[in-house]
Amino acid sequence: MATLEIRDLHVSVETDGEPTEILRGVDLSIESGQTHAIMGPNGSGKSTLAYSIAGHPKYTITGGTVTLDGEDVLAMSVDERARAGLFLAMQYPVEVPGVTVSNFLRTAKTALDGEAPALRHWVKDVRTAMSDLKMDPAFAERNVNEGFSGGEKKRHEILQMELLKPKFAVLDETDSGLDVDALKIVSDGVNRVRAGGDVGVLLITHYTRILRYVRPDVVHVFVAGRVAETGGPELADELEENGYDRFVQAVAAS
Amino acid sequence: MSTPRARRTVISTPDTRQADHEAAAQVADAVDARQEHAVDHAAEAPAAVTLDSSRSPGPGYDTAAARVAEAGEAVLEASRGERPRSFDPSDFPVPTGREEVWRFTPLDRLGGLLEDAPSDEDARDVVVQAPDGVHVGVLGRGEGVRGSALVPEDRAAALADAASPTATHVRVPREVELDEPVHVSVVGRAGRRGAGHLVVEAERHSRAVVVVEHTGGGAHADALEVVVGDGAELTVVSLQLWDDDAVHLSQQEARVGRDARYRHIAVTLGGSVVRLSSTARYAGPGGDAEMLGVYFADSGQHLEHRSFADHAEPRCRSDVRYKGALQGETARTVWIGDVLIRAAAQGTETYELNRNLVLTDGARADSVPNLEIETGDIEGAGHASATGRFDDEQLFYLRSRGIPEEVARRLVVRGFFADVVQRIGVPAVTERVMTAIEAELDLAVGPVAGVAAPADAAAEPALAAAPSSAGAPAGGA
Ligand SMILES: Nc1ncnc2c1ncn2[C@@H]1O[C@H](COP(=O)(O)OP(=O)(O)OP(=O)(O)O)[C@@H](O)[C@H]1O
Ligand SMILES: [Mg+2]
Repeated sequence: MATLEIRDLHVSVETDGEPTEILRGVDLSIESGQTHAIMGPNGSGKSTLAYSIAGHPKYTITGGTVTLDGEDVLAMSVDERARAGLFLAMQYPVEVPGVTVSNFLRTAKTALDGEAPALRHWVKDVRTAMSDLKMDPAFAERNVNEGFSGGEKKRHEILQMELLKPKFAVLDETDSGLDVDALKIVSDGVNRVRAGGDVGVLLITHYTRILRYVRPDVVHVFVAGRVAETGGPELADELEENGYDRFVQAVAAS
Repeated sequence: MSTPRARRTVISTPDTRQADHEAAAQVADAVDARQEHAVDHAAEAPAAVTLDSSRSPGPGYDTAAARVAEAGEAVLEASRGERPRSFDPSDFPVPTGREEVWRFTPLDRLGGLLEDAPSDEDARDVVVQAPDGVHVGVLGRGEGVRGSALVPEDRAAALADAASPTATHVRVPREVELDEPVHVSVVGRAGRRGAGHLVVEAERHSRAVVVVEHTGGGAHADALEVVVGDGAELTVVSLQLWDDDAVHLSQQEARVGRDARYRHIAVTLGGSVVRLSSTARYAGPGGDAEMLGVYFADSGQHLEHRSFADHAEPRCRSDVRYKGALQGETARTVWIGDVLIRAAAQGTETYELNRNLVLTDGARADSVPNLEIETGDIEGAGHASATGRFDDEQLFYLRSRGIPEEVARRLVVRGFFADVVQRIGVPAVTERVMTAIEAELDLAVGPVAGVAAPADAAAEPALAAAPSSAGAPAGGA
């Protein structure tokens, strides 16, 4: 049982040499085995939260803490965070020319485990995971994300999640841009990981659509750089009905 | 795709940030290169930073006006095809540095190679190791094919020719197919001035790989003259693995026969100043020239590559791909990629690409593709050129999967070179190039094994497998 705890997190980015505060005191705790959905309007800071947890150098932490079982995540380098068990499925996965998917996956697995995976098992695991995600085996020899369609990139992110087995996975709009079939395939992948152990999932999304396949335990409404309200799955239904107006107005009024 | 009107289109893109739209606009009405431009630049030009020549002509540069350029400005030639060629050094005045041919080269660091002074007898040892069936001999001036493919194009080359009464001659007789490469070793002696001429002749329907390896020190000007007979297939690899203080000016030029296939590969890692010109001319229709280059410049190195595909025959192909990395404050690289499609060269298909990866601040890469088209009737003409910094987003992506920074950097740099290195197609050379790049990276990011964390050391075996990239990059090839 592990806990990821975010306390009063303040984050800013440099724009035209000026720091702009994007996250304004985020509080959120999640335990392994749980799935939390984070929903909020465009520009509210959801991706900023995801990147800040992963340690992207563009984001400056100006206050607050992030801890994984009490360990200070913010003091860790990007790769240390991953080795501590954090995973980010990116909204816009990056292309890495000349590095094949198979080399990339094997290198990542080796780095996470501290030793190279036994070749025969590993090859089989990769093949199975790819076939579960309906990815053509040819993808293994293609360069990472290069020329992948939007949907293929998202499947590739979930493939990594399945193979790298993190303690906590942040999925940043993994459902965006997927058609219904692809959404099911990706959701099944997330559910396999959830069923397989005690991963905690932070699911960032705009739409309740994916929440029908990946049932959240908790829903957070994210507005203007902080969690405006936290509730059960029914909160997602309310958002579907009425949008974010109630929350945005509340923030504006305060 | 083929436009009936013959016309002349000149594309010169000194600044890759502009290249996206401006270069594309230049060709827009001429050739179907347009698509290529738009796609390639848009897709691959890094958002990061572009370090490029400020002195080279921009797109649409008025070449007539260039000839009356003011003092201090570059003196530009009207067409690459009109560059003077001569065996007489006095036809080439001592350069000032403003000439198109010399404007990127540090003239004060050439070890006297532009001065009309004798070279040293003991400046270089040339040893040829050739499999059975290969003829190795010498050629005097005017003997055999010597002088039929290569005529000096600058002062250093003319002086080198004058200083080389005998050339080394490697001839692969007709229809002989070699299973192993011919190896030519050129070892320079520090503090000496050397000149040399090597003639490689692949007679018709022969097949061979010739590796020329340059090591040691000194200042050298030399010529590599290549004659590829009709239907022959010849790969020439020129390895510049010089000591740190060496200077090397080399004109390497091929005459590609009818339906012949010529591959030239320049690998430049060592030397203080290396300037290598690689030219392909065609002696008949259907010829194919692939010119590849890989270079890695450290502090204090000036590595300059000039490629030229001179299309004067119909239905020939050229495919030029150079990739370089730079690290260290004063590292400097130059790539000039000239392609000329003359009026007679209908059905030409050409593509050229240069990519530079700047690993540290202060390094500078110039990249100038020049495409001159004198016929509307071509299959395709494309170019791409970009210089960018290390992509931090790539690094972040890899590290966010647990891959330590040093390992991630290596992956990215190896990946950068992968497509060109794989095209080399000579396993012994490919391995050496990858090993040499690894050694350069040891300097840049420190050896991986030197990082104590067990995860790092353990990550090595995974890296030992060469990245096998599938699919060639988009190109006109
Ligand atoms: N690197 C950056 N540089 C400048 N501004 C940034 C940067 N990253 C985020 N921002 C700004 O911070 C705000 C929050 O952006 P963020 O991407 O976190 O929003 P989001 O909630 O993920 O939006 P979306 O739903 O559109 O993905 C936006 O106004 C955005 O423009
Ligand atoms: Mg976002």
